[in-house]
Amino acid sequence: MRQRPWLFLLPTLALMSISAFIPLMAVINYSLHTIFAGSTPEFVGLQNYADVMGDAQFRGALLRQLTFSLLALLIEIPLGVGIALCMPRKGSAVGLSLVLLGIPLLIPYNVVGIVWRLFTQSDIGVIPRFLAVLGYDYNVSLDATDAFMTILLVDVWHWTPLVVLLAYAGLQAIPQTFYQAAEVDGASAWKTFRYVTLPKLRSVLTLGLLIRFMDSFKVYSEPLLLTGGGPGNATTFMSLFVARKAEAYELGYAGASSIIYLYVVIVMSYILFQFINRSPEERRA
Amino acid sequence: MKKRSITLTAYFLLLFVPIYWMVITSLKTDVEILQSFTLFPQKITFENYREIFTSEVWRSSFINSITYVLLNVVMTLMAAIPAAYAFSRWKFRGDHHLFFWLLTNRMAPAAVFMVPFTELYYMLNIYDTHFAVALAHCLFNLPLTIWILEGFMSGIPKEIDETAFVDGYRFPRFFRKIFLPLIAPGIGVGAFFCFTFSWVELILAKALTLTEAKPVVVTLTVGIGAEGVKWGLLASAGVLTIIPGILVVYFVRNYMAKGFALGRV
Repeated sequence: MRQRPWLFLLPTLALMSISAFIPLMAVINYSLHTIFAGSTPEFVGLQNYADVMGDAQFRGALLRQLTFSLLALLIEIPLGVGIALCMPRKGSAVGLSLVLLGIPLLIPYNVVGIVWRLFTQSDIGVIPRFLAVLGYDYNVSLDATDAFMTILLVDVWHWTPLVVLLAYAGLQAIPQTFYQAAEVDGASAWKTFRYVTLPKLRSVLTLGLLIRFMDSFKVYSEPLLLTGGGPGNATTFMSLFVARKAEAYELGYAGASSIIYLYVVIVMSYILFQFINRSPEERRA
Repeated sequence: MKKRSITLTAYFLLLFVPIYWMVITSLKTDVEILQSFTLFPQKITFENYREIFTSEVWRSSFINSITYVLLNVVMTLMAAIPAAYAFSRWKFRGDHHLFFWLLTNRMAPAAVFMVPFTELYYMLNIYDTHFAVALAHCLFNLPLTIWILEGFMSGIPKEIDETAFVDGYRFPRFFRKIFLPLIAPGIGVGAFFCFTFSWVELILAKALTLTEAKPVVVTLTVGIGAEGVKWGLLASAGVLTIIPGILVVYFVRNYMAKGFALGRV
């Protein structure tokens, strides 16, 4: 009887050990060795970690990544809530709006890359031509700020619909009586939003924050396809940085930077996760 | 009320301008794409689509993608259904920790696992097979599906299980005849998200395939990097790649928030 849960978990544990646990152990193992193609790996303890932490390029990529994720969250969460408030609450428009919101979310990452290459490419793109009319010289492959902002714009375009969906699900769960009560009390639209709507959205928004943090921290194919991480290192975010090191077969260095990267994601997500798990109890109390 | 509909319409327009641009680019000739700037094709051509449908490379990459995606859906569901049942019905030592550990794999950046996957799969002799990609995608699909299904299963009262056992149902029969039909929507949602995430994933699919199992996402990417890019061709491949999503989005519209939010909405 006591073994029964584990029996049910057996297929999962078997699959996860091959597709998660063993690879993770391998990464940790790389991170403790100096590895060159063709020679025996040499155990170097924590030397790779020291090298990674001391590397200005790594610190630059991490800082850039944190900036990117922070900006993405600051734009996507308020924008998502705003759009969700504009969504129809009932009727046939609901289904249509949900379908429209779903489409960008279901586009493969590299097609997102194609869509935006067509849109931003300096010779054929829409944005360069549009901004040229306004007198701004936009060039995604030469100007660092343009490149960074473009990747940010793509992320906002791609993922704000998800925040809208979450916020909308949260809004639908608020009983109409709450709003009627606020109206009877003569609350202004802003006060109603601030004291009735927003507290009720807390748990879905924390969840949105968690998901968007996790995923924006993994951004990879957008810079790969749109800017190649450049110009210079302007859009070399963490995933691209690690992948480049791995492709160059600097496995020790790549391993150590992967572990630090993973550690940052998990710690920050764990903190957010604690908020999510606490909220159901609060609601019950 | 009026102001809201206008804002929403404006948002949807902005959201779809880039997609519209890809669709019309796919219908233009290469000359028109490069030499002029037109909001609508001067002369609609289906040449790009014809080229994809008649090309062996494109056809086999579409088939490869579908094969490993379906394989992944089956593998994930087979493992996730019993696991989610265990999490939703029983308390056992370490259940919370295991549940969170599973989630951390959903957080893990795929780039971290690129090299070990390649080496491990070479060793197991499954590199460049559909099975390899399907197995690798379990890394994030399995935790997600367990989370989604656990949410659905916890919504079904335990009394149903107990009543069935009192009525003399043995476990396998109860599971097949009573429990599975009750969580069928959850299974559908789980399958949909496995399909989606496996279909759109790029890093692992690229690292683990060479020729035999090369998926459409990789064929597309190779095209982008090259000089003298055939934009019309890429745009039409892009349009074809988003069609599966558009075909199913209507059926899952009410569950999308749930799937993207780890089953927690």
